[in-house]
Amino acid sequence: MRHILIPLYAIVIFLVFWELLVWFNEWPNYKMASPSDIWPAFWKFKSLFFHYGWDTLWRTVVGLFVAVLCGVFLGMIMGFSKVLREALYPLLVGFNAIPKATVVPIIALIFVGQHDLNTILIAFMISFFPIAVSVSIGLSTLEPEYRDILRSLGASKSLIFWKIALPKTLPEFFGALKVAVTLAFIGTNLMEIVSPHGRGLGALFDSGKTNSDYPLMFAVLIALALLGIGLYYVVVILEKVFAGWAERSTD
Amino acid sequence: MSFSSKKDTILIKDVTHTYKTETGLLPVIKNLNMSIPQNSFTAVVGPSGCGKSTLTKLISGLLQPDEGEIYLNGAKITSPKPTVGMAFQNPVLLEWRSIIQNVILPLEIVPNKLTLLEKEQRAKELLILVGLEGFEEKKPSELSGGMRQRASLCRALVHKPEVLILDEPFGALDAFTREDLWQVMHNLRKEEPFTGVLITHDLRESIFLADEVVVLSGRPASKQYFIKVPKSKTPKLDSLYSLKSIDMLKNLRKQIEIAQKQQEENK
Repeated sequence: MRHILIPLYAIVIFLVFWELLVWFNEWPNYKMASPSDIWPAFWKFKSLFFHYGWDTLWRTVVGLFVAVLCGVFLGMIMGFSKVLREALYPLLVGFNAIPKATVVPIIALIFVGQHDLNTILIAFMISFFPIAVSVSIGLSTLEPEYRDILRSLGASKSLIFWKIALPKTLPEFFGALKVAVTLAFIGTNLMEIVSPHGRGLGALFDSGKTNSDYPLMFAVLIALALLGIGLYYVVVILEKVFAGWAERSTD
Repeated sequence: MSFSSKKDTILIKDVTHTYKTETGLLPVIKNLNMSIPQNSFTAVVGPSGCGKSTLTKLISGLLQPDEGEIYLNGAKITSPKPTVGMAFQNPVLLEWRSIIQNVILPLEIVPNKLTLLEKEQRAKELLILVGLEGFEEKKPSELSGGMRQRASLCRALVHKPEVLILDEPFGALDAFTREDLWQVMHNLRKEEPFTGVLITHDLRESIFLADEVVVLSGRPASKQYFIKVPKSKTPKLDSLYSLKSIDMLKNLRKQIEIAQKQQEENK
């Protein structure tokens, strides 16, 4: 009960503080919306919220899924081959260093009108890097004794991967996936905000801006936060199921 | 000692091995000859960095010698063989598996016709023998260092290997735990006879556990000295403090010093 009540109290205190801050400074809602403005804003557009929220969610999840596939694949080839690691690493670091906001218009131009594809692509591009790095580091730092135990019995390389390398890398993989979830949301929203006539919560946010509906913009932020929290905890549950052994008991 | 004896399980013949490093060639083993008869246990001691661990890799087939041959029951070793069991200083248990699942691991790799139940039974047998009864379902992180090492020994023996290679298995344990595990080794040998090689830095350990102690010279290592250690049926730790044992230890100590000096000069 305590671990539900304490965060709940914290949220309530935060909302009260926010409300009071706006009230005390007499900010109009086009400067800073207060929590009491947000619910009406949501209610007014509630069908759009669910519709666009779903758009944002599925694009982010698909982008993440592709990022996991590509990230794990890249991580594997970099983890197993020193040559490929040395060849690919600078390219990856360079690619990651490019702020993805600058890639958004380029992608939007390459696939004009393909709104879903563009959004998924940006979500993927922004989130695969931490996954690739964590998997490659996990695999390349495998202690040689672990390999020798199986190798001395005549085990094949793929058997060593399935029995030891893969499970041993899972905790690092899930750590990276938690970072990637947040990043993927950033990617989805970047594209949704920038694309004209787009859909998704980003587009709703943008329409709030053009119509000077500030409470609507804040309501979108809260909705995005809720989606982000939801997806994050899905990853936490998956981590518990597949890599729960890595968690030390606290007692 | 003759090289033609058929009863030698392990035969090391004129083995030379050199590592290629960035700074040049590093000869680690030179013209090494050794033989270990069936069901006998040989300890290998020598100065730090003299090539003892390389020797274990050569015997297990993880490395191929540049020159010379190694035979296992008369067959030349050219690749890893499932008839070998290994344990290291680091117990390298898989954290995500329970203790019994860790012990079973080799049976999942070595071809055999055992059912899962039979595998678990076999693992349990060994765990009881080393005093880990009741810990089958625990995770490695819940066990002490000594207990983990016991589990690691079980894993090395579960597939009934002909040869057991131990690379400083007790090196990281405290003195009393180490002595407990020496007794465990004697129990294991009585119930599950194997031919063994023990790499160690502990001279007391070497004469307490092994039938023969080989001192390797400094790098590049070759056989510098060896003694046979007479064994009673029920070895006791007290025996380490007998005059005979103390003489042996002094003797070995002197040989180690000679090897260390030689290694220094070769640098």
